[in-house]
Amino acid sequence: MESPDPIASVTLSPEELRRYNRHLILPEVGMAGQKKLKAASVLLVGAGGLGSPLAMYLAAAGVGRLGLVDFDVVDASNLQRQILHGTQDVGRKKLDSARDRLREINPHVQVDLHEVRLTSDNALDLIAEYDIVADGTDNFPTRYLVNDACVLTGRPNVYASIFRFEGQVSVFGLEDGPCYRCVYPEPPPPGLVPSCAEGGVLGVLPGLVGTLQATEVLKLILGVGEPLKGRLLLIDTLGMQFRTLKVRKDPDCPVCGHHPTITTLIDYEQFCGIPSPTTPAMTETTPAISVREFYERRTRGDDLFVLDVRKPFEAQIADIGSDQLIPVEELPDRLAEVRARKDQDLVVFCRSGARSARATNLLRAAGFTKAVNLTGGILAWSEEIDDSVPQY
Amino acid sequence: MPATSTTSVTIHIPTPLRSFTGGSASVEVTGQTVGEALKDLVRRHPALEPHLYTEDGRLRSFVNIYVGDEDIRYLDRDATAITPGAELSIVPSIAGGR
Repeated sequence: MESPDPIASVTLSPEELRRYNRHLILPEVGMAGQKKLKAASVLLVGAGGLGSPLAMYLAAAGVGRLGLVDFDVVDASNLQRQILHGTQDVGRKKLDSARDRLREINPHVQVDLHEVRLTSDNALDLIAEYDIVADGTDNFPTRYLVNDACVLTGRPNVYASIFRFEGQVSVFGLEDGPCYRCVYPEPPPPGLVPSCAEGGVLGVLPGLVGTLQATEVLKLILGVGEPLKGRLLLIDTLGMQFRTLKVRKDPDCPVCGHHPTITTLIDYEQFCGIPSPTTPAMTETTPAISVREFYERRTRGDDLFVLDVRKPFEAQIADIGSDQLIPVEELPDRLAEVRARKDQDLVVFCRSGARSARATNLLRAAGFTKAVNLTGGILAWSEEIDDSVPQY
Repeated sequence: MPATSTTSVTIHIPTPLRSFTGGSASVEVTGQTVGEALKDLVRRHPALEPHLYTEDGRLRSFVNIYVGDEDIRYLDRDATAITPGAELSIVPSIAGGR
């Protein structure tokens, strides 16, 4: 005997029938499709840039149950793209403002809030509660975690990622289709690929890419069209070019191949080369100076050479005064320009202290024995020394 | 010198790597194989090298190279022959989402 059809027990109220009229008159959706949507559940990992259009359109479309995983608080710098959240939500939990927004869009949708960081301990249980996962996270360890957990639980992983003006979209984890590891077996070493916080992102980009992701989710639920399986869609908004590349299932893939070696979730921070909280982070072992000490030494007139390793445009947004600016990416090729400062006290700064820590390590390795990192960078300077320097 | 040794191809450069090509979104290079074309690219833009290759000269595993829409891992890798006018793409992994 066949298992009971979950769709059969789904009903739509008169209000829902009015609401979903434009779906109901589409032959590819119709009453049967709308019931499938109502019976479906989707887990959205991240309620940020990609998560905003995803959650809003999936709620509007009538997906019955949406799970949101996030533990962040709305920050003013989110508002340029994270349209789930409004100006009045700054300081609130993203999950709270998302719930309010989604309830307003469609009260017929059940919204589950998971205020956790997705980890190897909770990912399998969480993902198993949903039919489909849409990955809108912002870091490599979580990308690999979501991928592996989806493969291990047999859930499709509707994938998208963005960077500055570019996006990538694919559907991973379908039967006979590749997973994320088939395409990218290993993550880049930390620091080589800048994050959105460092690299910036065009505000509309997650809107564009997240709606493509939502489209693939709806297609999977409805069972219509050709899912973006075995294809990686590349979006270049500057050239306004959309291209698809072939991606294949790797028979030797460690998680979805013929002889998987990864059969349970691993330590993804370690896999991505990120020091665990129990080992000192690289920035902690980098010789450093606090903004207070730097301020005092500078006021005292100590002979300090101050190197800004941000991009030139950042110095136009906020500056604390430097002797020279060399973006950290260009530093390896431009060491000669500061060679004369090799034995001088050299203070390196950036926005938050992360890039300047890398630069300091690089300078130390090149023989600049007195190079130190300004801990906390411009942000700490603005907090502790001079609040007229804008935080950005 | 045989004419075929100067096969000209276009390599698409993704945003994260454009700061190493002077902002160019694509670079014209020559070479008969993918390996030769990439070598020519790195010769023209040396700052790209550490982003494409490991210290021992292997292509980094988070950087995928495509000829047309095919991943060279499923063709002949570095030895994949390229025809005049071919388009190569460098497709690095990106992780942003928020």
